[in-house]
Amino acid sequence: MIEINKLNAWFDDNHVLKDVDIKVPKNGSFGLVGESGSGKSTVLRTITGLVDDWEGEIIVNNKELGPKRDKAFYRLVQMVFQDPFGSLHPRHTIDRILTEPVNIHGLGNSDARVVEALNQVGLDNAFRFRYPHQLSGGQRQRVAIARALILEPKILLLDEPTSALDVSIQAEVLNLLSRLRRELGLTYVMVSHDLAVVAHMCDDIAIMNHGRIVERATAEQLAEGTLEHPYSQQLYKAAGGYDRAIVDTFVDWD
Amino acid sequence: MSNETLLSVKNLEVTFDTPKGTVNAVRGVSFDLGRERLGIVGESGSGKSQTGRAILGLTAANGRITADEMKFHDLDLATLTPKQWRKVRGARISMIMQDPKYSLNPVMTIGDQIIEAYREHHKVNAKEARHRAIDMLEAVKIREPERVFNSYPHEVSGGMGQRVMIAMMLIPDPELIIADEPTSALDVTVQLQVMAILDDLVRDRGMALIFISHDLQLVSSFCDRVLVMYQGLVVEELKASALHEAKHPYTKGLLNCLPKMDGDHSDLPILEREASWAEG
Repeated sequence: MIEINKLNAWFDDNHVLKDVDIKVPKNGSFGLVGESGSGKSTVLRTITGLVDDWEGEIIVNNKELGPKRDKAFYRLVQMVFQDPFGSLHPRHTIDRILTEPVNIHGLGNSDARVVEALNQVGLDNAFRFRYPHQLSGGQRQRVAIARALILEPKILLLDEPTSALDVSIQAEVLNLLSRLRRELGLTYVMVSHDLAVVAHMCDDIAIMNHGRIVERATAEQLAEGTLEHPYSQQLYKAAGGYDRAIVDTFVDWD
Repeated sequence: MSNETLLSVKNLEVTFDTPKGTVNAVRGVSFDLGRERLGIVGESGSGKSQTGRAILGLTAANGRITADEMKFHDLDLATLTPKQWRKVRGARISMIMQDPKYSLNPVMTIGDQIIEAYREHHKVNAKEARHRAIDMLEAVKIREPERVFNSYPHEVSGGMGQRVMIAMMLIPDPELIIADEPTSALDVTVQLQVMAILDDLVRDRGMALIFISHDLQLVSSFCDRVLVMYQGLVVEELKASALHEAKHPYTKGLLNCLPKMDGDHSDLPILEREASWAEG
């Protein structure tokens, strides 16, 4: 469904992605893990057309992408951002937020689509005419997912979709995402700093550091803890909580 | 470690008057604190931060604090005047905030901010203060203290900023540190490194620590004792090492709903809230 070969990207003189290769099968779920500045979000942003300066090959649904994305691309690929507080227009109702993409793409029948999308993410119809500030963080993130789903995409790019949420709400949203992938046959590329979240959600995982993929692993390998690269091992240990002795073994990867 | 009580809080309530009515943010929290590490854990809106702020008299103007007792040594915190507070805040009780980006002064060099914190409570000359500040930057394991001393907050990374914050809050040598999500804005490895610095300093200087966080597992791997808060109430108190013996369904639910690296992709258990948990 998605194939990326030798992807390189730059922010001015900063070389932020270095020879990134990714392959995601149809209905697959691929996870990118790393710390700030590792380039994990930049991979998603490059796919979706938010990064101008890149080289390499991005093939989505058997079609190689050029510098521009057309409307058809956005019907196929949608993105959910980290911060549900920043990604919804504060002065638009949920109804207007959801209707806008339908109108842009001239799909028609927006009324039924909005009802359907809210239903898919488990939000009651009563939310339709509310504003984002009247919703909790978890409800907002559901709206952001509904907005992505309303165009009936096949691929969702998820950029830290639950890291702004409380853990109990995170569990609900992760379950929702798993269910949607099953029911709608979606393909996910998910970015997170949280190894456990990615291990839970994804079949294949790539660990990134300074713009490079340093290691690839399956969810099973993560479960067994059989990571080889010292950076991945450090990340794995850090996910286990605070241990004074382990912290002393950490090295900086600058 | 002695068992003397440093801070005693009994039946603390924090209430806010808002246009939509009164909000009871903290509802009858009680605890005694010795020279130990106490974790306060809860989700957003549980009242954990408001508990910490009330101890330092930092509750917003539309909030009211009542308590049967709020004593720091022999000092009754509830009756302090602003002038008396200035002798306590920073000098004896200090607070580390969550995000160095917002809590450091953006137009003042890091060195000047640390010196300001020190000279507020210690009468020393500029040269001595500078010397102390550099030492403190070294103590929080900043590799080039001279350079960081002359930098502005925006010129350093998040992890470095939080080390600066710790340096600033610890330099007056307080007895009690309240750390409100001190590492939540940081990457995991940096987070643990910053915690190790805090760990060592608190231990060496024999300080008491209140560590406020949403992360139950992190807190229990760091503290001696944990209070779990839900809707303004302490629903459970635990020895940090006995987290797996948690009895309250809320605490258990919080632990269970975390994704695990066990290769299991099935749905996570959802925390079903019960109305009775919120009844004091």
